[in-house]
Amino acid sequence: MHPVLKTVVQRLGLGLVTLFIVSIIIFAAIELLPGDFGEAVLGQAATEDTVAAFRRELGLDKPAVLRYVDWIAGAVQGDLGNSFSGRSSSGVDRSRPVVDLIGPRLWNTMFLASFTAVIAVPLALFLGISAALYRNSIYDRVVNAMTLTTISFPEFFVAYILILVLTSLWPIFPSLSNISPDADLLDRLYRSAMPALTLTLVIVAHMMRMTRAAIINLLASPYIQMARLSGASQREVILKHALPNAWAPIATVIAFNLAYLVVGVVVVEVVFVYPGVGQLMVDAVSSRDIPVVQACALIFAATYIILNLIADIIGIVTNPKLLHPK
Amino acid sequence: MTQTPQNYSAANEKTAFVSERSRWDRVKLTLGKSPWTARFGMIVILFYVILGLFAPWIAPYGEAEVFAVPFAPWDATHVFGTDQIGRDILSRLIYGARNTVGIALATTLLSFIIGGGLGLVAAINRSYLDQLLSRGVDVLMAIPSLIFALVLLSIFGSSAINLIIIIAVLDATRVFRLTRSVAVNVVVMEYVEAARLRGEGLGWVMRREILPNIMPPLVAEFGLRFCFVFLTIAALSFLGVGIQPPTADWGSMVRENASLIQFAQYDIKAGLTPLLPASAIALLTVAVNFVVDWFLHHTSGIKDTPK
Amino acid sequence: MNDILLDIKGLKIQGWSDEKWHPIIKGVDLTLRRGQVMGLIGESGAGKSTLGLAAMGFTQPGCQITDGSIVFDGVDLAKLSDAEKRKYWGNRMTYVAQSAAASFNPAHRLIDQTVASTVRFGISSEAEAKADARTLYGALNLPHADTIGDRYPHQVSGGQLQRVMTAMAMSPRPDLIIFDEPTTALDVTTQVEVLRAMRKIVEEFNTAAIYITHDLAVVAQMADVIKVLRYGQEVEEADTRTMLAAPKEDYTKSLWSVRALQKEERPKQDNILSVKNVSASYGKVPVLHNVSIDVPRGSTVSVVGESGSGKSTVARVITGLLPQRDGVVEYQGMSLPAKLNDRNKDQKKRIQMIYQMADTAMNPRQTVREIIGRPLEFYLGLTGRAKEERVRELLSMIELDDRFIDRLPSELSGGQKQRICIARALAAEPELIICDEVTSALDQIVQEGILKLLMRLQTELNLSYLFITHDISTVRAISDHVVVMQLGRVVEQGTKDAVFQPPHDPYTDLLLSSVPEMDPDWLTNLKLPELT
Repeated sequence: MHPVLKTVVQRLGLGLVTLFIVSIIIFAAIELLPGDFGEAVLGQAATEDTVAAFRRELGLDKPAVLRYVDWIAGAVQGDLGNSFSGRSSSGVDRSRPVVDLIGPRLWNTMFLASFTAVIAVPLALFLGISAALYRNSIYDRVVNAMTLTTISFPEFFVAYILILVLTSLWPIFPSLSNISPDADLLDRLYRSAMPALTLTLVIVAHMMRMTRAAIINLLASPYIQMARLSGASQREVILKHALPNAWAPIATVIAFNLAYLVVGVVVVEVVFVYPGVGQLMVDAVSSRDIPVVQACALIFAATYIILNLIADIIGIVTNPKLLHPK
Repeated sequence: MTQTPQNYSAANEKTAFVSERSRWDRVKLTLGKSPWTARFGMIVILFYVILGLFAPWIAPYGEAEVFAVPFAPWDATHVFGTDQIGRDILSRLIYGARNTVGIALATTLLSFIIGGGLGLVAAINRSYLDQLLSRGVDVLMAIPSLIFALVLLSIFGSSAINLIIIIAVLDATRVFRLTRSVAVNVVVMEYVEAARLRGEGLGWVMRREILPNIMPPLVAEFGLRFCFVFLTIAALSFLGVGIQPPTADWGSMVRENASLIQFAQYDIKAGLTPLLPASAIALLTVAVNFVVDWFLHHTSGIKDTPK
Repeated sequence: MNDILLDIKGLKIQGWSDEKWHPIIKGVDLTLRRGQVMGLIGESGAGKSTLGLAAMGFTQPGCQITDGSIVFDGVDLAKLSDAEKRKYWGNRMTYVAQSAAASFNPAHRLIDQTVASTVRFGISSEAEAKADARTLYGALNLPHADTIGDRYPHQVSGGQLQRVMTAMAMSPRPDLIIFDEPTTALDVTTQVEVLRAMRKIVEEFNTAAIYITHDLAVVAQMADVIKVLRYGQEVEEADTRTMLAAPKEDYTKSLWSVRALQKEERPKQDNILSVKNVSASYGKVPVLHNVSIDVPRGSTVSVVGESGSGKSTVARVITGLLPQRDGVVEYQGMSLPAKLNDRNKDQKKRIQMIYQMADTAMNPRQTVREIIGRPLEFYLGLTGRAKEERVRELLSMIELDDRFIDRLPSELSGGQKQRICIARALAAEPELIICDEVTSALDQIVQEGILKLLMRLQTELNLSYLFITHDISTVRAISDHVVVMQLGRVVEQGTKDAVFQPPHDPYTDLLLSSVPEMDPDWLTNLKLPELT
């Protein structure tokens, strides 16, 4: 087998194993719940029968391995169980399937994340690469100081400064991102502008710093000096000598920051009351609605793992040592 | 038969640089050359430490003392007004230095004890134990830590102790990785081999040969991890699942007073109120980052040319 | 036509470190005629690489030219902008770097890199340039000259890469090539092939060159004139034969001081250490095959070989760091436990080790007092005043004084560091010291000092040395017995005279004849034995 293919398959296998173990960890969460949580969910007045029925529904009478198989098989087919909320002590069950809760929100979150990524990734790469090329110039120093400051800010601080300026003092954008499912694209963009802007500011700072470091590291390689000494222009050095070797580090930086975006989205969604998965998860944590928490965690973790996997694979397929084996 | 110049002597060989100064002299010299950002950072950190230690004497009112008027405007009695149930904002800000920073510091310390200790052991051991720990950490790090923290908090509930333990354990994975990778580089050094050849015990090798040489990166990492932990706890508190009321905490204060921001058009001061605790958080992380940045630059010996 | 190609006058360069500007080149003149090869020789810190790059008008990041002119074919490069200088680089002047492996871009094929600047400057079309490159590969004795260019850098060996880089430098037919220590990283038997190839091609095209190295014997083969540099200044310049026959300055003479060292005959004594039929492996990879070595008391046994010969592995087996798979290590007739942990304190105390890189062999956070004091305390139980006095005594044994007692390793020069390592080994009062390439990282004059010190200590304390090295001239200078190793086997051993006098084992023959000699005609007259 070609070494590139072999390494990619190995990496994919490792990713699958990781995903599998992560799903076990998330599933095991419910095992750690205290014994009386049935009463906690259903209320003090719940009869023993309703509690027992509830426990049966969760399958707590079955062995854990069997329940895990059921849960993961369901998850793969798009069934993530029922929410804890909406149940009452009388046994009346108005709980909704977790999938119905998450579905539309997942779409919203993906929309917000992609919106941010489309602005942030090119901007950060541009800033990072140009700062690295004009290292130690005034421009580099200013950009550096600014980004060092920005990465020190909590996301909600950035968010509230933007709210203060752009919605309260000069009302340009809406401060609440209440998006109806049937809104058209323009309206969606308008209403997601504030959360997207906040996320962009946070992500760009991180990504720019990492890009700069990666490029500076690359430009310090002896073969770059060699290229200069053989008369290559700055443009040729960058395009022909640095770039072909830069894909792996740049992919890593992008993946890392998109993964960071996944987490940043939680806080920002809460600030702007954006109807996404992050906000749902925080609500579920507050109300200890475990099935919803599990489902959200599984989605976030899977995204995170897949993004890192993609970066690794880009690194593998652009590595000349693997592409052209001895 | 010798052809060495007559004036040659080993003792007079040219050295890279000789400075026979005491440690304290070196510290003074280094501080003297520090950039303004680092000095600013150090002053800010000192300020926070004083606030945190002497909060009860500095704050005008008690941490949870409730006054009659909620959302009172900024005036002489309440410099920054009162919050949604009538507690003095300034006093809560000052107590926040103690609670928020204290909890973050405790968490970071715990995560360094766990992660640093295991990382050192893994670096020296390099066998099945290292494999086990490293693979375990890989898996734990495949879950974003804020998400993992949310899952764990939903199960164990939000109390200060739970918060410290959960965040510390999650953060320890990163400390483990760094300690291990730095220590692995030191363990292969010949002076460590020389100590082993001499017959020194494991404890001595760890304490005298390895630890002093991995301290600079670990100290810098402590600063960065502290910032990260501090921001994570602030975010969790802001989300309402971190530090719980009535404890004065900057993250929760932002959340509690967030609605005031809508009144900025009418009263800019009211609009600024929720930003006060947020900027208290930001100022400290900026300060720590500035100091760490300088420290890294100083210890890594990166030489930038002035232009 | 003007005969002078390059004329450097009063050049001064400074570099930025420790928050200050330091002078690197302190006013150097250099004149090079067309077709002439100049050897630039000096030790670390002499500024020879900086001067070599400056000959192209190039300065490393963090360095700047403060004064002087660099006139190349009538144009002062020091006054040109980078864009203007780029018209010369890779066109009329080219550069061959020390580490070819790091200097080739891993992402492109060798032939594309070879012809890149030739095509860029329109010297010839791509097809012509590539055809020419293949011819050059052939002229440089590269195997598969027609196809080797289609490979990527990681697919060929270090010696081959260095020759490809020479082809790349020659491709635009420059007026001047700068060779910056091009063979330093290579084994001697590889070095000789690369030297030959480079000399042949420079002569063939009558290209002027500056050849930078620290090895006088190497430069003697390549250069018409030699310029000696020290601390950024010229020591002397002369044509090669004059320089070798009658150097004017003491410093120049010291550059081959190690070769002048002679060892007195040592009386024969019993064997202190015997390695008997030892085989060892790293994991599943066998590295030593049935190795037997005897070390007589009070004498020096040199183990010599190229990289991968297993010479350092022998030291790891003897010290117990790598337990052998087979065979025994006997110390004074008693078998030593294979594993370090199974040996007692006394066994550990009697065999001490000194490393190649004194930098990494000493804890950078400990002072000289702590470094030397620890074995005194650990093995001999000395404390307080007794320990302090012994440390001072040891310092004077290694020709350093009390001033050094509170210094950190970073405050010592290379030679001083290695001396402290010797003192640390002596502190244990050992009988056998294993020296692993202890002088290879040091300048010649410092090497000589260290070797003399080791010899003096041997006479005074009746020490035995197992001296591991790749440097034949060091072996000649200090050995009583010599062991030649290749690919994990001992190919020849015996007294120094026996090994150095023919008849040799074929590999020993190749190894010995590959070592450049202080004779400008050595390479010309050299007939390398064929290995079967």
